Amino acid sequence: MIKITNLHKSFGKNKVLKGVDLLFDKPGITAVLGPNGSGKTTLIKCLLGMVIPNDGEIYVDGKNVARQWAYRDQIDYLPQIARFPENLTVKELLKMIKDLRPRKADDQRLIQLFELEPFLDKKLGNLSGGTRQKVNIVAAFMYDSPILVLDEPTVGLDPVAMIQLKELIWEEKAKGKTILLTTHIMGFVEEMADDIVFLLEGKIHFNGSLKGLKKQYGQPTLERTIAEILKQSKVVISEAVISEAVNSKVVISEAVISKAVNSEAVINEAVNSNQEKALITNNCSTNH
Amino acid sequence: MLKILKYSIFDLMRSRWTYIYCGFYLLLTMSFFWLSTDLSKTIISLMNVILVLIPLIATMFGVMYFYNSREFAELLLAQPIKRIHIFLGQYLGVAISLSLSLLIGVGAPFIFYGVFGSGEIWNYMVLLMVGVFLSFIFSAIAFYIALKNENRIRGFGLAILAWLFFAIIYDGLFLLALAGFSDYPLESFAMGASFFNPIDLSRILILLKLDVSALMGYTGAVFQKFLGSSIGISVAILSLFFWVLLPTFGIYRASVRKDF
Repeated sequence: MIKITNLHKSFGKNKVLKGVDLLFDKPGITAVLGPNGSGKTTLIKCLLGMVIPNDGEIYVDGKNVARQWAYRDQIDYLPQIARFPENLTVKELLKMIKDLRPRKADDQRLIQLFELEPFLDKKLGNLSGGTRQKVNIVAAFMYDSPILVLDEPTVGLDPVAMIQLKELIWEEKAKGKTILLTTHIMGFVEEMADDIVFLLEGKIHFNGSLKGLKKQYGQPTLERTIAEILKQSKVVISEAVISEAVNSKVVISEAVISKAVNSEAVINEAVNSNQEKALITNNCSTNH
Repeated sequence: MLKILKYSIFDLMRSRWTYIYCGFYLLLTMSFFWLSTDLSKTIISLMNVILVLIPLIATMFGVMYFYNSREFAELLLAQPIKRIHIFLGQYLGVAISLSLSLLIGVGAPFIFYGVFGSGEIWNYMVLLMVGVFLSFIFSAIAFYIALKNENRIRGFGLAILAWLFFAIIYDGLFLLALAGFSDYPLESFAMGASFFNPIDLSRILILLKLDVSALMGYTGAVFQKFLGSSIGISVAILSLFFWVLLPTFGIYRASVRKDF
């Protein structure tokens, strides 16, 4: 259903994705995990065509999505930060989205589920973070598309809304959808996800089932597993940093020494030439 | 794209800045009429103000609107909508509502003072047309600059610089060049140079239409001498069209490549 090959993206000098290959061909929930700045959101935004990759291809339903737009009708997207036009009311926003994407939308049920009726005529700029996120969820879940992309869906939700969200996601999974989600709450992943994609420094560190991941690192919970992965990778990183630092220090000190030697030579030369000059002037004055 | 245009215009109709802008032109035109009842003189006085102010306001409005509607754009980007339609829709929304404010602000007093049935009707139409052209050109330049710059302060700075360049610096450089090379024949240079500045082109266009040789200046005179009034006017209008297309193409290129 979704195929990503050799995806590269850098923002200026910052290389965020360094060759990502992924395949989501069966329905189910895949959690894209990784530390902050590992490229999760960039990967999702590439899939949606919001970020344009430097290299590599993305296929949705076998079609390359580069510069395409119609395929986005297959995807429901929940953005990480609910950024809405501030001066619209909730009602107007939902009406506008429905107007822009004229397809059967089931927003009434979701509004009731999240108890958003009292907020329908309030401006989006005046809503609390949690309520905004609920509006965000309604806007993403009201369509019935085969692919669902959720970027940090749990931000700001209270426990009641959290349970409702989980049930909603399970419901969508039961319909046979392909669901991608990112989150930092490992408990949520353990409860929801079938498969895990672990991104580290722009590359895929692990891609497989949740059980397989825990087994590979021999840890009882996902949280510990992730901590273990990060610890191991950090050891590798710090070793690299140290060896680099040592090397550069050696280079620097060599450079300093050679410079010092050189400058000594220069000083000697200068002293010599000055003495010569002095001699010459002395000679001149005696000649006169 | 029409839907996005519709929402942009709705959004701008709610903004008080649109009304302030419209009210300002209303006040300005009324006060010129109050100072003199001669339609032709009023048109010339208005021209001088409009040629500087429309580009400034269109530039500021364009940059401001783009940065303020980023959330809206991000929301739209995830929908099955062509990217270029989002930004073209927003740009046209700004340009059209600016033009409407101008038409109402400058138009209403003229109708009130009886422009219909007077001989000045066409001169007045040219004034409005130039105003609409300048609104479209400078809001497109502003959108292009804003699309290219993620940093708002930088975007605003560059937009003001662009306005300053076309409104003031360009003329200064032009005069310097004329003074520096006064020993050479400069007619074709002067004419060529005026094509590169939409504000100059607009000024020439209005003065050719009004046929006021005293105010025409060097380039205007050259235009009239080489092309005659009617061809001169057509060439100027054509170039203004080109000036709308150029930054619009820039918006297309920048929006296709941008990351959000």
